Amino acid sequence: MWKRFRSNMGAMIGVVLLLSVIVIAMIAPLIFSDGPWQMVQRPFLAPFAVDGLPLGTDTLGRNVAAQLAYGARVSLLVGLVSTVVALLIGVPLGALAGFYGGYVDEGAMRFTEFFQTIPNFALAIVLVAIFEPTLTSITIAIAIVSWPPVARLVRAEVMSVRTREFVDAARLAGLSKPRILIQQVLPNTVSPIIVMASLMVATAILLESSLSFLGLGDPNSMSWGYMIGAARTVIRTSWWLSFFPGIAIVITVLALNLIGEGLNDAFNPHLSRKGKA
Amino acid sequence: MKYLKVTTFLIAAALASPVAAQEAGGRLDIVVQPEPPGLMLGLVQNGPTQLVAGDIYESLLRYDSDLTPMPSLAKSWEISDDGLTYTFKLNEGVKWHDGEDFTADDVVFSADVFLRETHARLRASLAYVKSITAPDPMTVVFKLKEPFGPFINAFENGTMPIVPKHIYEGTDFANNPANATPIGTGPFKFKEWVKGSHIHLVKNEDYYVDGLPYLDEVFYRVIPDAAARAVAFETGEVDVLPGGSVENWDIPRLAEMDGVCVTEKGWEFLAPLAWMWLNNREGPTANEKFRQAVMYAMDREFMRDVVWNGFGKVATGPIASSTNFYSDDVTIYDHNPDKAKELLAEMGYDGEPVRILPLPYGETWQRWAEAVRQNLSEVGINAEIDSSDVAGWNEKTSQWDYDMAFTYLYQYGDPALGVSRNYTADRIKKGSPWNNVEGYENLALDEKWAAAATMVTPEEREAAYAEIQKEIVDDVPVAWMQELTFPTIYRCNVNDLVTTAIGINDGPRNAWIKK
Repeated sequence: MWKRFRSNMGAMIGVVLLLSVIVIAMIAPLIFSDGPWQMVQRPFLAPFAVDGLPLGTDTLGRNVAAQLAYGARVSLLVGLVSTVVALLIGVPLGALAGFYGGYVDEGAMRFTEFFQTIPNFALAIVLVAIFEPTLTSITIAIAIVSWPPVARLVRAEVMSVRTREFVDAARLAGLSKPRILIQQVLPNTVSPIIVMASLMVATAILLESSLSFLGLGDPNSMSWGYMIGAARTVIRTSWWLSFFPGIAIVITVLALNLIGEGLNDAFNPHLSRKGKA
Repeated sequence: MKYLKVTTFLIAAALASPVAAQEAGGRLDIVVQPEPPGLMLGLVQNGPTQLVAGDIYESLLRYDSDLTPMPSLAKSWEISDDGLTYTFKLNEGVKWHDGEDFTADDVVFSADVFLRETHARLRASLAYVKSITAPDPMTVVFKLKEPFGPFINAFENGTMPIVPKHIYEGTDFANNPANATPIGTGPFKFKEWVKGSHIHLVKNEDYYVDGLPYLDEVFYRVIPDAAARAVAFETGEVDVLPGGSVENWDIPRLAEMDGVCVTEKGWEFLAPLAWMWLNNREGPTANEKFRQAVMYAMDREFMRDVVWNGFGKVATGPIASSTNFYSDDVTIYDHNPDKAKELLAEMGYDGEPVRILPLPYGETWQRWAEAVRQNLSEVGINAEIDSSDVAGWNEKTSQWDYDMAFTYLYQYGDPALGVSRNYTADRIKKGSPWNNVEGYENLALDEKWAAAATMVTPEEREAAYAEIQKEIVDDVPVAWMQELTFPTIYRCNVNDLVTTAIGINDGPRNAWIKK
């Protein structure tokens, strides 16, 4: 499988891009020890206008490069944690619904639909506005709006796996239902979940950026969306303030999508596009 | 670290008295933002209403940028030596826009009946008034119960607009149909209001000052988006951007255009002063040393230059420099991080976090809070920003649930009108964000505030307020940030637009366009 993934050019580019973002995020405090809020020079310095400020300064004279590096930490953190939380809600719910069927399924799916009918972004805005914007509330809000597709996916996978012969075999061997679900069925649904999760991280990063752009970010943590939102009013005079964080978001989201696609192809060789063509 | 200062703008030479003769005619397009809720100045006194209705209605006096009274409806006035009797002689030949004669009865009706009912801020000053009478049709006499120095500032247009008695007497003021077509004595008459688009005023041909106004018509244009307002100015669709109608960052760009002038004048009467309430009741901010450390930690010059693009003036204390009785003989808090650290060490600050609540009025205020947080963290104060919308800000400040909170308030020309209300103990009242929210209690000083308000001569008041300022600045009940100015941007061929302490609110009266 790793071999198939490795031979996928796009996926490897994605991995390289993502790794570089991760590295930058990790070493940010080492390169920019003063943090992203330190006012270091005149405001509105263009990139390369002054030595040591390759990306210029923002409206308060803060180093854009430092902001980008610290922004990567927030974006990745929110993306990862909210995806994990969404999986923790979506996987058990979907698994129970798919495995037990009947009333359990009905109940769980109606509950899921309840969330699916509300537009994601609108719900996220409402949640963050109610709970006051902090990193925790933003992460939870994003998790709450992103678990329903997970639940549906897992339910479908579980429903197809549970009719397989090895599951019948397990049942004949006298295993209890919960054990069959956890030990036999769920492990066989992991690959689509992994693919989905990688794409969810990308979506979560976009969501966090959009929230920050609207001013619903955590005012105490630097994020890419915040940078673009703050630069919106000066876009005509200082293009670099919105351009660089925009590029950062594009690169990260693109990398995650490439990886997700690569994983998908690797897990399902006969579905891969190359095979089809 | 060395900060380079941003450019400061040269105040337009157009403000100096013009050499050329005034030219009559022409039309002026001014942005009004947001659209006013109504134009009846006696009923509504918010900013946009004052801007538009300031051309329609008039009061007894106008004030120059030093707050010295000038004639308006009153041509002369006298204050008795005991400070108890104010006698006004009115201009002759003044007519309401509907052709009726204006007399002293209108003034008595406006001040004693109409505004007493509708205008809370004036009502507070009228509490000192024993009687308002009209001994003859061209004379009005105000008799006071006790001397009240600031009373001479109460005859400003937004404070005491004179309304027509013949239209309003005996009616339900708020629901009078005439409110939709305001009738005043001012230099311009109301012509038309197309909601969401513009308000059209035309020249009052019968204005009692010869030759005035010069302009034929004034259009107040409603353009809801800040960027669209900037574009409308760039394309020449509007001639004047009143203070606050475009983003601060846009001002330098617009100011650099050919034939565009910028002035910071015209805010002397309101004199908005921005500060942070420091919660005097609990937390680190309850300690005077901590509050002083906050003042020394902040680089307020930098904030003025960068956050406010160089507009405004760093505040030295509770009274703005354009307000009467300002004194600079106080402790000056410069940017001195070492001193701040020293003070923190003396008090034994243990790193307890403090929350900064920015004013939710847009980007500038958010950036301002970020700059403060950074300055505080540089001296070791553990500060974080609390986020809030307008309702949340009101709730948190009026319920005292904050450590440091940004705000700004108008001063209305006199410490007794717009300053003491934030510092005396009798103004500590939960539920309102417009009083002594910080919880500062200094009873000895309270007596001085009260005494200073009712002293007879300006010299006595000056001395009393100087003493108050010296004392209160050492206590740092709040962290004074800066005197705000909201620059007016206009085309340089518009002359004499901002000549008074209320700026363009009564600017079109004297303005003229050089062709």
